[in-house]
Amino acid sequence: MRFDSLIDSVGRTPLVGLPRLSPSEDVRIWAKLEDRNPTGSIKDRPALWMIEQAEKDGLLTPGCTILEPTSGNTGISLAMSARLKGYRLICVMPENTSEERRQLLRMWGAEIISSPAAGGSNEAVRVAKGLAAENPSWVMLYQYGNPANWRSHYETTGPEILEDLPSVTHFVAGLGTTGTLMGVGRFLRERVPGVRIVAAEPRYGELVYGLRNVDEGFIPELYDPEVLTTRFSVSSGDALRRTRELLAAEGIFAGVSTGAALHAALGMAAKAVKAGERADIVFVVADGGWKYLSTGAYEGTLDEAEERLEGQLWA
Amino acid sequence: MAIEVRIPTILRTYTDGAKAVDAKGATLEELIGDLESRHPGLQARLVDQGALRRFVNVYLNDEDVRFLGGLETPVADGDTVTVLPAVAGGSR
Repeated sequence: MRFDSLIDSVGRTPLVGLPRLSPSEDVRIWAKLEDRNPTGSIKDRPALWMIEQAEKDGLLTPGCTILEPTSGNTGISLAMSARLKGYRLICVMPENTSEERRQLLRMWGAEIISSPAAGGSNEAVRVAKGLAAENPSWVMLYQYGNPANWRSHYETTGPEILEDLPSVTHFVAGLGTTGTLMGVGRFLRERVPGVRIVAAEPRYGELVYGLRNVDEGFIPELYDPEVLTTRFSVSSGDALRRTRELLAAEGIFAGVSTGAALHAALGMAAKAVKAGERADIVFVVADGGWKYLSTGAYEGTLDEAEERLEGQLWA
Repeated sequence: MAIEVRIPTILRTYTDGAKAVDAKGATLEELIGDLESRHPGLQARLVDQGALRRFVNVYLNDEDVRFLGGLETPVADGDTVTVLPAVAGGSR
Protein backbone atom coordinates (compact mmCIF):
# COMPACT_ATOMS: atom_id res chain seq x y z
CA MET A 1 0.00 0.00 0.00
CA ARG A 2 1.33 3.38 -0.99
CA PHE A 3 0.22 6.80 0.31
CA ASP A 4 1.21 10.38 -0.49
CA SER A 5 1.75 11.24 3.18
CA LEU A 6 1.29 9.82 6.67
CA ILE A 7 -2.07 11.58 7.00
CA ASP A 8 -3.33 9.79 3.91
CA SER A 9 -2.63 6.42 5.52
CA VAL A 10 -5.25 6.79 8.28
CA GLY A 11 -7.79 3.92 8.40
CA ARG A 12 -8.10 0.70 6.35
CA THR A 13 -7.08 -1.29 9.41
CA PRO A 14 -7.07 -5.11 9.54
CA LEU A 15 -10.00 -7.13 10.88
CA VAL A 16 -8.66 -10.32 12.42
CA GLY A 17 -10.46 -13.37 13.74
CA LEU A 18 -9.95 -14.71 17.26
CA PRO A 19 -10.03 -18.50 16.73
CA ARG A 20 -9.09 -19.31 20.33
CA LEU A 21 -11.39 -16.90 22.14
CA SER A 22 -14.40 -17.46 19.85
CA PRO A 23 -16.76 -19.94 21.54
CA SER A 24 -17.69 -21.93 18.41
CA GLU A 25 -17.69 -22.08 14.60
CA ASP A 26 -21.05 -20.30 14.61
CA VAL A 27 -20.21 -17.64 17.17
CA ARG A 28 -17.09 -15.83 16.09
CA ILE A 29 -15.27 -12.82 17.48
CA TRP A 30 -13.27 -10.42 15.34
CA ALA A 31 -10.85 -7.67 16.36
CA LYS A 32 -10.66 -4.39 14.42
CA LEU A 33 -7.03 -3.41 14.92
CA GLU A 34 -7.23 0.35 15.27
CA ASP A 35 -3.78 0.44 16.83
CA ARG A 36 -2.53 0.10 13.25
CA ASN A 37 -3.29 3.76 12.55
CA PRO A 38 -0.38 6.23 12.14
CA THR A 39 -0.20 7.34 15.78
CA GLY A 40 -1.36 4.00 17.14
CA SER A 41 -5.01 4.58 18.00
CA ILE A 42 -8.52 4.82 16.58
CA LYS A 43 -8.47 8.55 17.33
CA ASP A 44 -6.52 9.27 14.15
CA ARG A 45 -9.83 8.98 12.32
CA PRO A 46 -11.92 11.58 14.22
CA ALA A 47 -8.91 13.87 14.73
CA LEU A 48 -8.24 14.10 11.01
CA TRP A 49 -11.92 14.50 10.13
CA MET A 50 -12.45 17.23 12.74
CA ILE A 51 -9.43 19.18 11.49
CA GLU A 52 -10.37 18.85 7.83
CA GLN A 53 -13.99 19.80 8.51
CA ALA A 54 -12.80 22.92 10.41
CA GLU A 55 -10.56 23.77 7.45
CA LYS A 56 -13.50 23.39 5.04
CA ASP A 57 -15.63 25.60 7.29
CA GLY A 58 -12.92 28.27 7.31
CA LEU A 59 -12.45 28.02 11.11
CA LEU A 60 -8.89 26.76 10.87
CA THR A 61 -6.32 28.68 8.88
CA PRO A 62 -2.54 28.21 8.85
CA GLY A 63 -0.93 29.29 12.14
CA CYS A 64 -4.13 28.81 14.17
CA THR A 65 -4.10 27.41 17.72
CA ILE A 66 -6.17 24.29 18.40
CA LEU A 67 -7.36 23.59 21.97
CA GLU A 68 -8.74 20.20 23.03
CA PRO A 69 -9.73 18.40 26.25
CA THR A 70 -8.30 14.90 25.89
CA SER A 71 -7.11 12.07 28.10
CA GLY A 72 -4.47 11.23 25.54
CA ASN A 73 -5.16 9.49 22.26
CA THR A 74 -7.13 12.25 20.57
CA GLY A 75 -4.45 14.71 21.62
CA ILE A 76 -1.70 12.53 20.16
CA SER A 77 -3.63 12.20 16.88
CA LEU A 78 -4.31 15.93 16.74
CA ALA A 79 -0.66 16.65 17.55
CA MET A 80 0.53 14.61 14.57
CA SER A 81 -1.95 16.25 12.18
CA ALA A 82 -1.31 19.71 13.64
CA ARG A 83 2.44 19.29 13.18
CA LEU A 84 2.08 18.26 9.55
CA LYS A 85 -0.47 20.98 8.81
CA GLY A 86 1.21 23.80 10.74
CA TYR A 87 -1.09 24.41 13.71
CA ARG A 88 -0.24 24.99 17.35
CA LEU A 89 -1.96 22.52 19.71
CA ILE A 90 -2.83 22.89 23.40
CA CYS A 91 -4.25 19.82 25.20
CA VAL A 92 -6.10 19.91 28.50
CA MET A 93 -5.71 16.54 30.21
CA PRO A 94 -6.39 15.08 33.67
CA GLU A 95 -3.19 14.91 35.74
CA ASN A 96 -3.71 11.17 36.42
CA THR A 97 -3.14 10.04 32.82
CA SER A 98 -0.05 8.03 31.98
CA GLU A 99 3.40 9.58 31.56
CA GLU A 100 3.83 7.96 28.14
CA ARG A 101 0.92 9.99 26.80
CA ARG A 102 2.43 13.24 28.04
CA GLN A 103 5.81 12.44 26.51
CA LEU A 104 4.22 11.54 23.18
CA LEU A 105 2.25 14.77 23.11
CA ARG A 106 5.32 16.88 23.89
CA MET A 107 7.31 14.95 21.28
CA TRP A 108 4.89 15.98 18.54
CA GLY A 109 5.05 19.57 19.80
CA ALA A 110 1.81 19.86 21.76
CA GLU A 111 1.54 21.98 24.90
CA ILE A 112 -0.19 20.39 27.92
CA ILE A 113 -2.38 22.02 30.54
CA SER A 114 -3.22 19.65 33.42
CA SER A 115 -6.66 19.54 35.00
CA PRO A 116 -7.30 18.11 38.50
CA ALA A 117 -7.42 14.31 38.69
CA ALA A 118 -10.51 14.36 40.88
CA GLY A 119 -12.75 15.66 38.11
CA GLY A 120 -11.45 13.30 35.42
CA SER A 121 -12.45 13.92 31.81
CA ASN A 122 -15.38 16.03 32.93
CA GLU A 123 -13.05 18.50 34.62
CA ALA A 124 -10.77 18.61 31.55
CA VAL A 125 -13.79 19.54 29.45
CA ARG A 126 -14.77 22.25 31.94
CA VAL A 127 -11.23 23.73 32.02
CA ALA A 128 -10.97 23.67 28.22
CA LYS A 129 -14.33 25.39 27.81
CA GLY A 130 -13.15 28.13 30.18
CA LEU A 131 -9.90 28.61 28.24
CA ALA A 132 -11.79 28.73 24.96
CA ALA A 133 -14.00 31.49 26.32
CA GLU A 134 -10.94 33.50 27.46
CA ASN A 135 -9.13 33.02 24.13
CA PRO A 136 -11.66 33.52 21.36
CA SER A 137 -9.03 33.10 18.61
CA TRP A 138 -8.30 29.52 19.70
CA VAL A 139 -10.24 26.78 17.95
CA MET A 140 -11.69 24.04 20.15
CA LEU A 141 -12.59 21.07 17.97
CA TYR A 142 -14.42 19.50 20.94
CA GLN A 143 -14.54 15.78 20.21
CA TYR A 144 -17.51 15.23 22.57
CA GLY A 145 -19.84 17.36 20.48
CA ASN A 146 -18.27 17.62 17.01
CA PRO A 147 -20.35 15.73 14.41
CA ALA A 148 -17.17 15.18 12.35
CA ASN A 149 -16.15 12.73 15.12
CA TRP A 150 -19.00 10.29 14.49
CA ARG A 151 -19.02 11.06 10.75
CA SER A 152 -15.44 9.79 10.52
CA HIS A 153 -16.64 6.39 11.72
CA TYR A 154 -19.81 6.48 9.63
CA GLU A 155 -17.73 7.17 6.51
CA THR A 156 -14.70 4.96 7.18
CA THR A 157 -14.73 2.50 10.12
CA GLY A 158 -18.29 1.26 9.46
CA PRO A 159 -17.87 0.68 5.71
CA GLU A 160 -14.53 -1.10 6.28
CA ILE A 161 -16.15 -3.54 8.72
CA LEU A 162 -19.10 -4.29 6.44
CA GLU A 163 -16.83 -4.77 3.43
CA ASP A 164 -14.58 -7.20 5.30
CA LEU A 165 -17.39 -9.03 7.12
CA PRO A 166 -20.80 -8.76 5.43
CA SER A 167 -22.16 -11.30 7.93
CA VAL A 168 -21.48 -8.99 10.93
CA THR A 169 -24.16 -9.28 13.65
CA HIS A 170 -22.65 -7.28 16.55
CA PHE A 171 -20.43 -4.23 16.92
CA VAL A 172 -18.80 -3.59 20.30
CA ALA A 173 -16.72 -0.56 21.31
CA GLY A 174 -15.79 1.52 24.32
CA LEU A 175 -18.06 4.38 25.34
CA GLY A 176 -16.11 7.62 25.74
CA THR A 177 -16.98 10.47 23.40
CA THR A 178 -19.47 7.93 21.95
CA GLY A 179 -18.27 8.86 18.42
CA THR A 180 -17.21 5.33 17.41
CA LEU A 181 -20.48 3.73 18.53
CA MET A 182 -22.66 6.50 17.06
CA GLY A 183 -20.89 6.50 13.69
CA VAL A 184 -20.39 2.77 13.12
CA GLY A 185 -23.74 2.09 14.81
CA ARG A 186 -25.72 4.37 12.50
CA PHE A 187 -23.93 3.04 9.41
CA LEU A 188 -24.51 -0.62 10.27
CA ARG A 189 -28.13 -0.08 11.38
CA GLU A 190 -28.93 1.36 7.95
CA ARG A 191 -27.54 -1.70 6.20
CA VAL A 192 -27.65 -4.73 8.48
CA PRO A 193 -31.13 -5.63 9.78
CA GLY A 194 -31.07 -6.61 13.45
CA VAL A 195 -27.44 -5.62 14.02
CA ARG A 196 -26.62 -5.14 17.72
CA ILE A 197 -24.61 -2.11 18.79
CA VAL A 198 -22.98 -2.70 22.17
CA ALA A 199 -21.24 -0.19 24.43
CA ALA A 200 -18.57 -1.12 26.97
CA GLU A 201 -18.08 1.55 29.60
CA PRO A 202 -15.37 1.60 32.23
CA ARG A 203 -16.45 1.03 35.84
CA TYR A 204 -13.85 2.71 37.98
CA GLY A 205 -13.27 1.95 41.64
CA GLU A 206 -14.92 4.09 44.26
CA LEU A 207 -11.60 5.86 44.82
CA VAL A 208 -11.86 7.47 41.42
CA TYR A 209 -15.44 8.47 41.82
CA GLY A 210 -16.37 11.04 39.26
CA LEU A 211 -14.34 9.83 36.33
CA ARG A 212 -16.92 8.12 34.21
CA ASN A 213 -18.09 10.14 31.26
CA VAL A 214 -21.72 9.32 30.84
CA ASP A 215 -22.95 8.45 34.30
CA GLU A 216 -21.41 11.28 36.25
CA GLY A 217 -23.58 14.08 35.02
CA PHE A 218 -21.72 14.68 31.80
CA ILE A 219 -23.32 13.20 28.72
CA PRO A 220 -21.41 13.91 25.49
CA GLU A 221 -23.52 15.92 23.06
CA LEU A 222 -22.91 13.21 20.44
CA TYR A 223 -24.60 10.50 22.54
CA ASP A 224 -27.91 9.14 21.26
CA PRO A 225 -29.01 6.09 23.31
CA GLU A 226 -31.32 4.99 20.47
CA VAL A 227 -28.29 3.88 18.47
CA LEU A 228 -27.28 1.39 21.17
CA THR A 229 -28.74 -2.07 21.70
CA THR A 230 -27.21 -2.47 25.13
CA ARG A 231 -24.51 -1.27 27.52
CA PHE A 232 -21.96 -3.15 29.61
CA SER A 233 -20.23 -1.77 32.67
CA VAL A 234 -16.79 -3.35 32.99
CA SER A 235 -14.68 -3.29 36.16
CA SER A 236 -10.95 -2.57 36.07
CA GLY A 237 -10.30 -6.19 37.12
CA ASP A 238 -12.31 -7.66 34.24
CA ALA A 239 -10.80 -5.23 31.75
CA LEU A 240 -7.29 -6.20 32.86
CA ARG A 241 -8.08 -9.93 32.82
CA ARG A 242 -9.43 -9.76 29.26
CA THR A 243 -6.51 -7.60 28.09
CA ARG A 244 -4.17 -10.36 29.27
CA GLU A 245 -6.32 -13.13 27.77
CA LEU A 246 -6.23 -11.37 24.40
CA LEU A 247 -2.43 -11.35 24.54
CA ALA A 248 -2.07 -14.90 25.87
CA ALA A 249 -4.62 -16.57 23.59
CA GLU A 250 -4.42 -14.53 20.40
CA GLY A 251 -1.13 -12.64 20.62
CA ILE A 252 -2.74 -9.21 20.48
CA PHE A 253 -1.04 -6.60 22.69
CA ALA A 254 -3.76 -4.04 23.42
CA GLY A 255 -4.52 -1.23 25.84
CA VAL A 256 -6.73 -1.79 28.87
CA SER A 257 -9.88 -0.26 27.37
CA THR A 258 -9.73 -2.96 24.70
CA GLY A 259 -10.04 -5.55 27.47
CA ALA A 260 -13.32 -3.90 28.47
CA ALA A 261 -14.63 -4.10 24.89
CA LEU A 262 -13.56 -7.76 24.67
CA HIS A 263 -15.35 -8.47 27.96
CA ALA A 264 -18.60 -7.12 26.49
CA ALA A 265 -17.99 -9.00 23.21
CA LEU A 266 -17.55 -12.26 25.13
CA GLY A 267 -20.72 -11.48 27.11
CA MET A 268 -22.70 -11.12 23.88
CA ALA A 269 -21.02 -14.26 22.49
CA ALA A 270 -22.12 -16.27 25.53
CA LYS A 271 -25.69 -15.04 25.05
CA ALA A 272 -25.64 -16.02 21.37
CA VAL A 273 -24.39 -19.50 22.24
CA LYS A 274 -27.11 -19.89 24.88
CA ALA A 275 -29.78 -18.75 22.42
CA GLY A 276 -28.42 -21.03 19.67
CA GLU A 277 -27.88 -18.05 17.35
CA ARG A 278 -25.15 -17.48 14.77
CA ALA A 279 -23.00 -14.43 15.51
CA ASP A 280 -20.09 -12.50 14.00
CA ILE A 281 -19.05 -10.07 16.70
CA VAL A 282 -16.66 -7.23 15.86
CA PHE A 283 -14.98 -5.35 18.69
CA VAL A 284 -12.56 -2.45 18.57
CA VAL A 285 -8.93 -2.64 19.63
CA ALA A 286 -8.70 1.10 20.30
CA ASP A 287 -4.95 1.16 20.88
CA GLY A 288 -1.92 -0.96 21.69
CA GLY A 289 -0.56 -1.58 25.18
CA TRP A 290 2.59 0.52 24.77
CA LYS A 291 1.27 3.65 26.44
CA TYR A 292 0.17 1.71 29.53
CA LEU A 293 3.37 -0.18 30.37
CA SER A 294 4.16 2.23 33.20
CA THR A 295 0.78 1.50 34.82
CA GLY A 296 1.98 -2.03 35.57
CA ALA A 297 -1.08 -3.53 33.87
CA TYR A 298 0.90 -6.34 32.29
CA GLU A 299 3.11 -7.44 35.17
CA GLY A 300 2.59 -9.52 38.29
CA THR A 301 -0.70 -11.03 39.35
CA LEU A 302 -4.06 -9.61 38.29
CA ASP A 303 -4.74 -8.42 41.82
CA GLU A 304 -1.44 -6.55 41.94
CA ALA A 305 -2.09 -4.98 38.55
CA GLU A 306 -5.61 -4.01 39.59
CA GLU A 307 -4.28 -2.35 42.70
CA ARG A 308 -1.73 -0.39 40.67
CA LEU A 309 -4.44 0.70 38.25
CA GLU A 310 -6.64 1.98 41.07
CA GLY A 311 -6.99 5.72 40.74
CA GLN A 312 -5.89 5.82 37.11
CA LEU A 313 -7.92 6.51 34.02
CA TRP A 314 -7.63 3.54 31.69
CA ALA A 315 -10.23 4.41 29.07
CA MET B 1 -26.46 -22.71 43.07
CA ALA B 2 -27.81 -19.23 43.56
CA ILE B 3 -27.42 -15.78 42.06
CA GLU B 4 -24.68 -13.57 43.46
CA VAL B 5 -25.68 -9.98 44.13
CA ARG B 6 -22.86 -7.47 44.58
CA ILE B 7 -23.70 -4.64 46.93
CA PRO B 8 -22.11 -1.16 46.75
CA THR B 9 -20.47 0.30 49.86
CA ILE B 10 -23.31 2.72 50.60
CA LEU B 11 -25.86 -0.12 50.81
CA ARG B 12 -23.76 -2.55 52.87
CA THR B 13 -25.40 -1.32 56.06
CA TYR B 14 -28.31 -3.55 54.96
CA THR B 15 -26.10 -6.61 54.44
CA ASP B 16 -24.03 -6.44 57.64
CA GLY B 17 -21.14 -5.16 55.60
CA ALA B 18 -21.18 -8.02 53.09
CA LYS B 19 -19.88 -7.09 49.62
CA ALA B 20 -21.93 -9.82 47.98
CA VAL B 21 -24.96 -11.86 49.02
CA ASP B 22 -26.80 -14.78 47.44
CA ALA B 23 -30.43 -14.60 46.36
CA LYS B 24 -33.03 -16.56 44.42
CA GLY B 25 -35.69 -15.69 41.85
CA ALA B 26 -36.70 -16.04 38.21
CA THR B 27 -36.69 -12.30 37.53
CA LEU B 28 -34.84 -9.31 38.92
CA GLU B 29 -38.01 -8.29 40.76
CA GLU B 30 -38.28 -11.69 42.49
CA LEU B 31 -34.59 -11.56 43.29
CA ILE B 32 -34.94 -8.18 45.00
CA GLY B 33 -38.01 -9.50 46.88
CA ASP B 34 -35.95 -12.45 48.10
CA LEU B 35 -33.17 -10.08 49.22
CA GLU B 36 -35.70 -8.00 51.15
CA SER B 37 -36.77 -11.05 53.18
CA ARG B 38 -33.27 -11.35 54.64
CA HIS B 39 -32.07 -7.75 54.36
CA PRO B 40 -35.07 -5.58 55.22
CA GLY B 41 -34.97 -2.06 53.82
CA LEU B 42 -32.84 -2.90 50.77
CA GLN B 43 -35.79 -3.16 48.39
CA ALA B 44 -36.89 0.42 49.03
CA ARG B 45 -33.38 1.64 48.20
CA LEU B 46 -33.52 -0.09 44.80
CA VAL B 47 -37.14 0.11 43.72
CA ASP B 48 -39.64 2.95 43.77
CA GLN B 49 -43.23 2.67 42.51
CA GLY B 50 -42.60 -0.54 40.63
CA ALA B 51 -39.47 0.62 38.79
CA LEU B 52 -35.75 0.79 39.45
CA ARG B 53 -34.81 3.97 41.25
CA ARG B 54 -33.32 6.65 39.06
CA PHE B 55 -30.05 6.83 40.97
CA VAL B 56 -29.40 3.10 40.98
CA ASN B 57 -27.83 1.11 38.16
CA VAL B 58 -28.27 -2.66 38.11
CA TYR B 59 -26.20 -4.91 35.87
CA LEU B 60 -26.88 -8.54 34.99
CA ASN B 61 -23.54 -10.15 34.13
CA ASP B 62 -22.26 -6.57 33.65
CA GLU B 63 -25.09 -5.67 31.22
CA ASP B 64 -27.31 -2.70 32.14
CA VAL B 65 -30.78 -4.12 32.94
CA ARG B 66 -32.40 -0.93 31.65
CA PHE B 67 -31.45 -2.19 28.17
CA LEU B 68 -32.72 -5.71 28.97
CA GLY B 69 -36.10 -5.83 30.65
CA GLY B 70 -35.79 -3.67 33.74
CA LEU B 71 -37.30 -5.40 36.80
CA GLU B 72 -38.82 -8.09 34.55
CA THR B 73 -35.37 -9.16 33.30
CA PRO B 74 -35.08 -12.96 33.69
CA VAL B 75 -32.24 -14.16 35.90
CA ALA B 76 -30.85 -17.65 36.33
CA ASP B 77 -28.56 -19.63 38.63
CA GLY B 78 -24.93 -18.73 38.07
CA ASP B 79 -25.71 -15.15 37.04
CA THR B 80 -24.10 -12.20 38.78
CA VAL B 81 -26.09 -9.07 39.56
CA THR B 82 -24.17 -5.88 40.36
CA VAL B 83 -25.80 -2.89 42.03
CA LEU B 84 -24.08 0.49 41.64
CA PRO B 85 -25.02 4.00 42.63
CA ALA B 86 -25.38 6.37 39.68
CA VAL B 87 -24.77 10.03 40.34
CA ALA B 88 -26.79 11.22 37.37
CA GLY B 89 -29.19 8.30 37.30
CA GLY B 90 -30.07 6.08 34.39
CA SER B 91 -28.86 7.87 31.31
CA ARG B 92 -30.87 6.05 28.72
